[in-house]
Amino acid sequence: MKIVINGKVKEFKRDKMTPQDLVNYLEISGQRYAIEQNGEIIPRSDFLERDIKDGDMLEIVGAVGGG
Amino acid sequence: MVDKSELKNDELVIAGRTFNSRLLVGTGKYNDFKETRAAIEKSGAEIVTVAIRRTNLGQNQKEPSLLDFLPPDQFTYLPNTAGCYSADEAIRTLRLARELLDGHTLVKLEVLGDSDTLYPNVVETIIAAKVLIKEGFDVMVYTSDDPIVAQQLEDIGCCAVMPLASLIGSGLGILNPHNLEIIIHKLSVPVIVDAGVGTASDAAIAMELGCEGVLMNTAIATANNPILMAGAMKKGIEAGREAFLAGRMNKKLYSASPSSPTKGLIK
Repeated sequence: MKIVINGKVKEFKRDKMTPQDLVNYLEISGQRYAIEQNGEIIPRSDFLERDIKDGDMLEIVGAVGGG
Repeated sequence: MVDKSELKNDELVIAGRTFNSRLLVGTGKYNDFKETRAAIEKSGAEIVTVAIRRTNLGQNQKEPSLLDFLPPDQFTYLPNTAGCYSADEAIRTLRLARELLDGHTLVKLEVLGDSDTLYPNVVETIIAAKVLIKEGFDVMVYTSDDPIVAQQLEDIGCCAVMPLASLIGSGLGILNPHNLEIIIHKLSVPVIVDAGVGTASDAAIAMELGCEGVLMNTAIATANNPILMAGAMKKGIEAGREAFLAGRMNKKLYSASPSSPTKGLIK
């Protein structure tokens, strides 16, 4: 499947994955972040419940310096 | 007259949260996180603004982040909507911020109108504020120094109204103190000057006018010595606040009044 993460296309050999699978794959579990799937926030409590599928648009954001 | 005990309890209250410092600072434009931390510590600020941006993926994930240097349990984070030019973008950003910061509701809303001036788009700001307040956010709102708009933002339910002193990052100081005075006089929620402060005297003037606080970033971060400037800003805020509480003398334009006795002059 192909998904778009933060504007970049990423290809995986599987048909679906949970948000937790993606977090593990990206090795960001030690950070603070929030994930949006097709414009809708995925609550952390749903990380094992939902499926990320082919064509999904994901945004993964964090806090950075700003005024 | 304000006695010392009153000053001791002179806390800033925003949406039921109390703060000892009336200086709010941004975390952008510093050379590195170490400098960010040192300057913010020196400033005494308890509320720090942060921006919400795409995470850098594929880079070294062990690299330290801003949150390592400014732990959210030591500071009150104020996620902002810098870079948003519509109500929808701002709302989306702050929903993500709330998820990111474990349900944190205190936010800074700013909807910009133009990338040259970064002047606020108050129409979009009001639309966004209404939605966010309905969703349970405590909205501190960046706005122009228009007293009518400021009043409308309070009426909607914003917990603090933050008019600009001059354009973001300009360092031009307080260009329209009279408008700020009107806003301070009319509103019940804290009025915090946000943007435009260039140096410590600007911060002091804002506080002397009766502002409840000042939010700044560039004036500290881009000073030749940010840490020294952070300390200067802290003192400017405190001096201005105490002068405001003390109540200044009346201005006398035409009658000078000597401080020394006029009797007993040597003739």
